[in-house]
This record gives sequence, C-alpha cells and structure tokens, in this order.
Amino acid sequence: MAAAAAALRHLALGARLAPHGRGAGAPLQRLQQRRGLRLSAPAAIQVTVRDALNQALDEELERDERVFLLGEEVAQYDGAYKISRGLWKKYGDKRVIDTPISEMGFAGIAVGAAMAGLRPVCEFMTFNFSMQAIDQVINSAAKTCYMSAGSIAVPIVFRGPNGASAGVAAQHSQCFAAWYGHCPGLKVVSPWSSEDAKGLLKAAIRDDNPVVMLESELLYGVPFEMSEQAQSKEFVIPIGKAKIERQGTHVTLVAHSRPVGHCLEAATVLSKEGVECEVINLRTIRPMDMETVEASVAKTNHLVTVEGGWPQFGVGAEICARIMEGPAFNYLDAPAVRVTGADVPMPYAKILEDNSIPQVKDIVFAVKKALNI
Amino acid sequence: MSLKGRGRGTAHLYVVGAWPRDAESPEERPQFPGASAEFAERLEFIQPQVLAGIPVYRVMDRQGQVLRPSEDPQLPKEQVLKLYRTMTLLNTMDRILYESQRQGRISFYMTNYGEEGTHVGSAAALDASDLVFGQYREAGVTQVSPGVLLYRGYPLELFMAQCYGNARDPGKGRQMPVHYGCPERHFVTISSPLATQIPQAVGAAYAIKRADASRAVVCYFGEGAASEGDAHAGFNFAATLECPVVFFCRNNGYAISTPTSEQYRGDGIAARGPGYGLLSIRVDGNDVFAVYNATREARRRAVAENQPFLIEAMTYRVRPGKKPDPPLRGLGKVGGGIGHHSTSDDSSAYRSVDEVNYWDKQDHPISRLRHYMARRQWWDEAQEKAWRKNSRKMVLEAFEQAEREPKPPPQLLFSDVYREMPPRLRQQREQLERHLETYGEHYPLQQFQK
Repeated sequence: MAAAAAALRHLALGARLAPHGRGAGAPLQRLQQRRGLRLSAPAAIQVTVRDALNQALDEELERDERVFLLGEEVAQYDGAYKISRGLWKKYGDKRVIDTPISEMGFAGIAVGAAMAGLRPVCEFMTFNFSMQAIDQVINSAAKTCYMSAGSIAVPIVFRGPNGASAGVAAQHSQCFAAWYGHCPGLKVVSPWSSEDAKGLLKAAIRDDNPVVMLESELLYGVPFEMSEQAQSKEFVIPIGKAKIERQGTHVTLVAHSRPVGHCLEAATVLSKEGVECEVINLRTIRPMDMETVEASVAKTNHLVTVEGGWPQFGVGAEICARIMEGPAFNYLDAPAVRVTGADVPMPYAKILEDNSIPQVKDIVFAVKKALNI
Repeated sequence: MSLKGRGRGTAHLYVVGAWPRDAESPEERPQFPGASAEFAERLEFIQPQVLAGIPVYRVMDRQGQVLRPSEDPQLPKEQVLKLYRTMTLLNTMDRILYESQRQGRISFYMTNYGEEGTHVGSAAALDASDLVFGQYREAGVTQVSPGVLLYRGYPLELFMAQCYGNARDPGKGRQMPVHYGCPERHFVTISSPLATQIPQAVGAAYAIKRADASRAVVCYFGEGAASEGDAHAGFNFAATLECPVVFFCRNNGYAISTPTSEQYRGDGIAARGPGYGLLSIRVDGNDVFAVYNATREARRRAVAENQPFLIEAMTYRVRPGKKPDPPLRGLGKVGGGIGHHSTSDDSSAYRSVDEVNYWDKQDHPISRLRHYMARRQWWDEAQEKAWRKNSRKMVLEAFEQAEREPKPPPQLLFSDVYREMPPRLRQQREQLERHLETYGEHYPLQQFQK
C-alpha cells in the first residue's frame, strides 16, 4: 500500500507526464489519476513505458545470449531516449553495440547476424530514419524466409519511436504503421501501455520472424499500472491479439499506440452524455486481430477508427475494408468513420502541429457523426 | 619532394613523411581524436592515384607460364584438374542455359563467361564451411554455383531445377534463375538488390566471431555494386567491428553498360580499402592461381586476426569461345562473341568487337590454366575433346531432365511467408484446395507436382 500511496502522490505532482507540457497534459493527468485510483492488486505498481522497455530488454538479454542490441548511441549514452539505460554497463560490448551512423549499414549487419544465428534487436533512433534502411528491412528481412523457401530465418526485431513527437516537424514525425503493415513476411506491433511495451517487446524478441515494433516517444515517460503478473520475467503478450481496454455498447473505437489513450479520454467525455464507447487497443498491426474488432462491431453496430498516421492507405482504411469483406458488415448501422492525422507533412508551429494529429475532440466529433447525434 | 599535380593519368610520386617540417616537439603534434597524423605547413592536395595505381598481382603470364616459382601454390594435380573441370563445366552450363533463355525456356539467365577464374580460384581457397554471400555471378563457388557452388559440389540438376523453378528446386520456385542458395554448402540464397549482402556478410562474420568458430565469411560483389551505400557501410563496419570477412570484388570493367570510367574516378575498389582501414590487394582475376593465393592468405589472416580483407580481382565479361560449337540438340548454334550482363542485355550496344576479341583470345582464365596443365603434361587434346563431350552430355542430360520435371505444387504458394503459417494464409490455402477439388479439371494440374 505504501507503494501505491507513493505512486498516487507522484501522479498528483504530475512529475512524469508527457514531457512536453502541452494542452494534452491536463486530460492526460486526469487519465493517469483515474488509472491510479483503479489500482486493483496491492502488488501493482506504476511503471513508465521507458522502464518497461528497459526491463524487457534486460530480461531477454539475460535469458538468451544470442540476443544483442545495436543502434546509434545505445551503449555508453544509454540510448538516445534512454531505453537501453544501464544495459551496456551490465552486458558489455558484445551485447550492446554502438554503430556508425548508417541505418542501411547497421540494419544490414543485423540482418546478416540474424541469418547466421544471432537474435539482434536493431534500434532506429526514429522510424523516420528507417527509410534509409528500408531495403534491408523489406527486401532482405521480410522476404528472405519466403525467397529461401524456409531455409533462412531472420529472427530480428527493429524497434524505435514512430509517429508524432512534439516540435520535431515533418522529417521526424511520420507514422510507419501502414508502410510496414503492408508487407507480408513482417510482423508489426504498436504498444500503448507499459504492459503492452514490455509484453510485446519480449514476444517480438522471442519470435523467429522479423518484427517491427513501433513505439511512441511521447509515451516513453508516461507511467502505467503494471500488475504483478506483468512484472514477471515470463510476461509475454501474444502478437496478433488486440485488447479491449474499455467495454461499451454504443460504438467501437479502434486505435493503436498513443491514440488509445485519447480514445479512453473521449470515452470518458462521451460517457457523461450517455454514450458508452468500447475501446479496442489493436496492439498488433500485422497480423491484425479482426476477430476482436468484428465481435465488437457486431455488438455496438458502429465503428470509428483512430490513428496518428495519414489517411490514405492507412490502418483505418484496412480495417474498414476488412469489415466490409467480413460478417461484421451486416451489423453496421452506419458507415465507419476514420479519424487520422491531417494529410500534410507535419508542421513545426505548435498550433499547427496540435491540429495535425487526432485530438480528443476529434474523436468525440467522429463518434457523434457515426451515431448521428 | 615536389608533388605538383599534372592531371589524371600522370604518374606521381607520393611518399609518406616527405613533407617539409620544422623541428617539432611532442607538444606540437596534433591532438585530434579523429586522426593522428603530423602537421603540414604547405598547402597540397593528395592525388587520387597512388603510384600508377595499385599494382595487379599475378602468378602466371598470359600464356600460363609461372613467373616466380615461389608464388606457384603447387596445388596437387587432382585439384588443378578439378579447377579446370569446374571452370569448363560452368562455361558449358552457361552456354546451354543462356541459349535456353533466348529460346524462352527459362525467363532469365546470367552467364559467367570470362570470370570463371575469380569464382573457382577463390572457392578453392576457402574452407568448405566458410559462409558465402554472393551477388549473382558466383555460381562457380558451389560446385555449380556458378563457380563457387559448383566447386562445392552442388549437383547440376539442382542448378537446372532452380532455373526452371521445378519441383526439385530446393528454393520451391520462389526465385528468378541464378538466385541459388544452399544452407548445406554454406551458400546464402542470392538476393537481387545490389550490395545488400555486404553489410549482411559483416553481420554474419560478427556472429561467427562471437561463436569463436574458425570460419570466415566471403562476400562477393561487382565493381558497380561497390558504388552502393551498403558497400560503404559494410566496409566501414567490418573494420570497426573487427570481423573475419573477406570482401571479394570482381571488377569486370562494366556494370551493364556503364564502364568503370563512369562508375568511379578513384583507383578502382582496392584503393578504397585503406580508406576504411582494410588490408587490400588487387589481383589478376583471370589468373586462377593469383586469385587462389590472395584468397587463401586473406582468409587465413581474417580468421587468425579477426580483421577484414579486400580483394579486387580484375577481369572481363566475355562470351564463350570463338569457334561455333556443334549445334546442341534443339538449341541452335552457340558461337563466340560478346558476353552480356544478363539475358536482358545486349552489350554490342556499348562495347567494340575489338575490345572483346582481345580478352577472348589472349587472356581467358580457362586457356591460361590449360597452358599451365599442358606444360606439365597433365592435359592434352584428347582429354580436352573427351571432357568437352562428356561435360556437354552431363549438362544436357540434367537440362533435359529439368525440363521434364513438374512444377512445385500450388499449395507452396502460401508457405514460408512466416516461420509458422498464419491463420489467414491457411484459410486461403484451404479455399484454393477446395476450389481445385471442384474445378481442378479446368487447370493444367498435370504440370504441377501433387
């Protein structure tokens, strides 16, 4: 209980919220307090996404000596975003490697090492820079198992922050969920909470296929409750399974990564107006868990998808297409609505940036549109 | 020493340490972390050409005569015969498969004419378990790999099976022709995008170093592929990660139609090595013993010292022999002439006939080795004739057999996308199977294995 009380105090002080202190901070703070009050088990604690990722890496490095981490600044600097804090000190040069500045180079190294039997975790400082390595990720990592007729495995994880940050403009803010989600041969995961982050990273490292893990820089500093079970070294979340974060009856909200939090916020707002939203955290982009979405739509009859990425050919577009192809289409009472990032390169000016990504009010508006209220 | 530049192509003498300098106390030395040279007080740019270019190491002259007996690796007769038979078998297989592409029997092919010495010479110098990353012209390495695969004993019928994409292809018909792969012979499946194998080879070498195995990784690529960013990153990382990798660059003068004069302005690929901290050498790629010696020594030291090596083998892309061979059954005449980059290329568009004939007549790796063997009475005209007949027969038999084989079963369309088949693909495969049960008679299923 002392730990819980301390955690609540910590939350009340707002010490480790989204580090950018914008308008989004206030509703986020309310969200955190709400979560803090929902402590279910005495042994549950608050853990930031950063620490959850760090734990996952530490545990997997310890568990399997073939696992190693490489990327720019991951060793002595503790990682550009401190995700690998303390790992180089603990595991040394052979397991945590600083690379020269060449994404194409170190992604290629990682792919070759995976082909030769190691299990690399390849960090991109952001996924924007993965475009410089994309041939290695797609043409080599994703396709090799198929093109070698199963004789070559590439058990690699590509991870790093994806999507919008704060004030870093167009070349640092793109969401790659649709790009990587497009490719057979890859698995793509997109965690929201600390549990997601830890469980999915461990699953990704243990998976024998190439896995792309799309994190969110804005979530790194956000604390989430982690159950005792989630704190264990064997806690793994299955790739390809979505999670229903909130039960509801009137509309299904489907999101991944940071927008899941916005959906929960919107659900709180809408609840006061008598609309109960069911919020689904996709957790995995590929393979996408359409069963969970379809079951929910069959129950609520309305669908709103929410994502940070651009609308054209996005995650929401794929969900809508699949709903139409499947049994849930017959349960829709209205066309599905997509909430996405604005179809522009991310601007720098704060007011423009704020309005280029989905906000709580956009989600509320979309729900009302879907429900025609 | 004067170092006045006189434009490209002029020989310059550049000697390290010849800069005029004042008496320097230790405190006067540069202290920059990025480089530890000495100060210079005269403004002078370094010329791209060192000496007259890095010299080309060779063991035999163009007539197959060993120039310095100490450099003759003195391979046993059986091994030399194996080298010769591998190179010529490769040549024969190339001719037949090239023609089969022209006839529409396979969709694509790349020949190795003129470059057999590089593949086979280097393959012979490797250990059987050394990991090979090829580009696409290294069939010679695996007994049939082109060259490398061929030398390692890959059967003819599997080469053919891959080109035809038939049911015997271990690659399950997934790849374009010449994209071989063989885990048992430590030959990584060929990937089309150029130079992507270079950093991968370094990563694999890193894994091998971690495992403390006495294995090297050998990475082949052409001089054109060396322009890719992957090459730069791979060379750099090999040095910083201290990996047991041998980079083997085949410089055949052309990248499709782009001559080396348009591909780079420095002194070839070997000159780039020192820039990355790599021990480097340039060899005569048409001299199978020079290739052998350089590869052997580089491989030995790469493993012993955990450091990368760069070998640039100079050669030329040609077409087979000058005399037209007797027509192959159903395949028409195969004559001498110009080697194209691939079946998608016609190099008469950019190379003069004179240029090609010189290499073809005088500097072919196969004929140079034959002169060496003849001088030792290890080979004569009768054996040559018998071998030509026999090797052509072997290739034709494998070829005809491959044409008759059925294609892989359609269900294989869905496997190996992931290590385990995902439910969606399994459903789609079942849909296909149900469809074929009902409507199979409308499909040419007899061409496919059950």
